[in-house]
Amino acid sequence: MLAMPSRHRSLALLLFMLAAQVLLLAVQIRSPAQVRLIRVWAVEIVAPLGRVAAWTTDGIGGGWSHYVALRHLRQDNEELQAEVDKLKLRNAQLEGRAAEADRLATLLAFREAHAEVSTLAARVIGGSPDSGSHIVFISRGSRDGLRRDMGVITPEGIVGKILAVFPDTSQVLLLNDRESGVGALLAGSRTQSPVRGSGDPLLGMEYVSNDVKISAGEAVLTSGQDRIFPKDLPVGTVVTAKPDPHSPFQQIFVRPAAHLDRLEEVLVLLSRQEFVPKKDAAAEVANTPGPAAATPSPRPASQPVDHP
Amino acid sequence: MEIRIAGDQHIEVHQFYAGVLTGAVLLTLVLEAFLLVHFRWADLIELPLLVTIYFALSRRNPSGGLLLGMIIGLAQDSLSHTPIGYYGIAKTLVGFFASSIGSRIDVEHPISRFMLTLLFFHFHNAVLVLTGRLLLAQHQPYLTTRLAVASVVNASLALLLFPLLDRLRRRP
Repeated sequence: MLAMPSRHRSLALLLFMLAAQVLLLAVQIRSPAQVRLIRVWAVEIVAPLGRVAAWTTDGIGGGWSHYVALRHLRQDNEELQAEVDKLKLRNAQLEGRAAEADRLATLLAFREAHAEVSTLAARVIGGSPDSGSHIVFISRGSRDGLRRDMGVITPEGIVGKILAVFPDTSQVLLLNDRESGVGALLAGSRTQSPVRGSGDPLLGMEYVSNDVKISAGEAVLTSGQDRIFPKDLPVGTVVTAKPDPHSPFQQIFVRPAAHLDRLEEVLVLLSRQEFVPKKDAAAEVANTPGPAAATPSPRPASQPVDHP
Repeated sequence: MEIRIAGDQHIEVHQFYAGVLTGAVLLTLVLEAFLLVHFRWADLIELPLLVTIYFALSRRNPSGGLLLGMIIGLAQDSLSHTPIGYYGIAKTLVGFFASSIGSRIDVEHPISRFMLTLLFFHFHNAVLVLTGRLLLAQHQPYLTTRLAVASVVNASLALLLFPLLDRLRRRP
């Protein structure tokens, strides 16, 4: 046993006796919260140790859960990411098919509503490589009976006319091309005037006298004078109409009724037979979900026009 | 008188007749209680402290000194309303340091006794104040005029008391 020097023994005894008396005091004294001081000290000593123990436990547990247990996380993540990419692609395909089904349903409803008019459905398969001309190619050609200058429409409105016919495809000149034009009239006043493409999204309506009162939103319909489109098919709606002080005619801009910038399926008019109004069919078209129903049209394609 | 040799120093360790220590302690405590009841000025006198200082200086054994101081302090605590250990801690320290000093310097000269008593009185009081502040949430001052007067009174009393206690030493 190690011998302790007398001086150190005295010092150790002093510290022991002092500690004992301090503890004795702590047992008797109560804190302001009426808790014995010895308890306060015990808690203050033990609590940090408890926190350290908890921190250590959390650290070990965290290390296990974040590193050890997840060592295959990268591989799993890559596999899941690939799965997500596949599902996204699949979802996009399904959404596209659903939208296509909606559009085809609208076309079908339109055709059924106007069974007396001979039409042929076609799919838009390409556009013009020249950004200056507004031309699309459709999936029908001369083998299907198509000829030059046949009208092309959608349930929303007219699209353009066939410019060139090939055995299995045809080239369609859209309504907003600079070279395009259609005989039209204002639905309200029945004032006739050709509508021409300008190369911009809006069409121009020419030769309407300054005396004619035109309001924004007024419908523009085909007049049937161009020998391409039957009467009263929607061409578009008036956006602005301003009298020109340097000309006897107004400057009128028309927004096309058909969505010329996102055509996917169209109908080719095989004859110039007039569309017969059918209320039930028109209602059916209006209730059909899809672009036709969602797009406000100045007047349904088959709605009769009041002639003056 | 017992003579021990530590290095080149000759240390005298005084021995007392049997029962002197116990009797002195008991008498001191009784006198303290009696004087406090009958004389208002008696609260200036700290007889237990003077006894602690005297016997610690005389015996010159730190372990014995601290045990003596602790016993007297705890006895004083027991007879008062202070928490047990309040005076005990202070007198334990006084006993320890008085014994340590007693083995190094001359403690027989009156001036030494006066100065040491004065010093230990203030040390004793400082430990009490510190204990009160740290453990009892008391805010006593370390030094007041009354304390200064009390320290001088006790140091002067030590000059009278210590020679009387010297007479109780066992002669070689």
